[in-house]
Amino acid sequence: MTELVTETVIEVCDVVKTFGDFRALDGVSMDVAAGEKIVVCGPSGSGKSTLIRCINRLESHDAGRITVEGIELTDQSADQVRREVGMVFQQFNLFPHLSVLRNLTLGPMRVRGLTQADAEARAMEYLGRVRIPEQAGKFPNQLSGGQQQRVAIARALCMEPRIMLFDEPTSALDPEMIAEVLDVMAELAVSGMTMIVVTHEMGFAKRVADRMVFMDAGEIVETAPPEQFFSAPATRRCQKFLQQILGH
Amino acid sequence: MLAAVATLLTGCSANWGWYVVDPTKSAGQTNLLFLIGGLKFTILLSVVSILISVVIGLLIALAGLSSSRFLRTVNRVYVEIVRSIPLLVLILWVYYGLPQLIGLNLGAFSAGVIALALGDSAFQAEIFRAGIQSVGRGQLEAARSISLSYWDTMRYVVLPQAIRHILPALGNQFVYVLKMSSLVSVIGMQDLTRRANELVVTEYRALEVYSVLVLEYLVLILIVSAGVRWLERRMRADERE
Repeated sequence: MTELVTETVIEVCDVVKTFGDFRALDGVSMDVAAGEKIVVCGPSGSGKSTLIRCINRLESHDAGRITVEGIELTDQSADQVRREVGMVFQQFNLFPHLSVLRNLTLGPMRVRGLTQADAEARAMEYLGRVRIPEQAGKFPNQLSGGQQQRVAIARALCMEPRIMLFDEPTSALDPEMIAEVLDVMAELAVSGMTMIVVTHEMGFAKRVADRMVFMDAGEIVETAPPEQFFSAPATRRCQKFLQQILGH
Repeated sequence: MLAAVATLLTGCSANWGWYVVDPTKSAGQTNLLFLIGGLKFTILLSVVSILISVVIGLLIALAGLSSSRFLRTVNRVYVEIVRSIPLLVLILWVYYGLPQLIGLNLGAFSAGVIALALGDSAFQAEIFRAGIQSVGRGQLEAARSISLSYWDTMRYVVLPQAIRHILPALGNQFVYVLKMSSLVSVIGMQDLTRRANELVVTEYRALEVYSVLVLEYLVLILIVSAGVRWLERRMRADERE
């Protein structure tokens, strides 16, 4: 990768998010460059999911500033931002009453104004990229978990976002299906997509991440490239976490 | 079925006057046709009322789920008031009272539709609200994440799923409206009940005529219930392999 000055696509500046008395995010700052792959890890309740959910306004931050693609994130700009940011959920959240194809064409047709023919062509292209084009006519409950998550990835990609957020995409999957989803994500990474991935899959992180971000108790505790992060974590909290997670 | 029961009872006792509704006699046939003639009004009234009540109920339900406190208050006030008025009272008020208020004359059919639709809409609102709330939050988040508008989310994601959940309750409401439509007989609407009342006045055979009336409603509602169950099964089959 050449050392160019790349544009910053996401700026998170001193963001605070509270739920009642609980401070989920306690002054978090982070910049993400175009094409960067960030893996966010940390113990339960550290604020990792809250952080990425704030970036596409599924949660609204209470203080600080978030800027995505130059647009400051507010309730008014949320729609505009969401067109550029795709999200993949732990529970897939496919629309169960719609076929796989319809799950993928709904957004492009209703939001981007594509014709049905164009939307379906795009859907088939992305279904091919996630390697399940033959499932287009099926319904979500007829697919395995790994297939459903790949459909969910394709659905997000069909909106042709510039940034993809992944909220523990493999945590709800049976172990034998995790690899197929991670492979698709790795291919996406190679294609140049800007990605923020919240995950416990450290093997994937070592393969794909440009930068590791470790969060704990609502703060970013440590951030480093994977080689440094895994071989010589600087903080004790991070060391402890890595011991626990890589221990088994 | 009607004929079988009628024939059976005709043979039972000479003191009963089943001849008035005996389908094998011409007088009986005329009377039966007169009674059944009320069916089209009962059905038309019920179908129109429930269609309007579903639309009103859905809008009131959406208001109840809105982030605007004003709309939520509108929902609560509407539901509490409408649910507290007995349907018969509402029918009388709409037919006799409302025209004086708005200066427009209302026929029995229009008054009946307005009263039934209003009366049922409060129940529809609560049913829709429960159905919409039963759709998982993840569905809303997925819709938002692909930038779907509020109305598109309702139309393509939430309502189709909500309706599948509440179909039994909606079916029940349709049956309820069909039964309650009998109340519009008091304002002169020529439905099944009114026809029966008029026949009793001319033939003086209350037991026989009202028994036919019971059977008419029974058959009608059994058919509707079976239809709703069929629809439920078909919707569930759509989602299966």
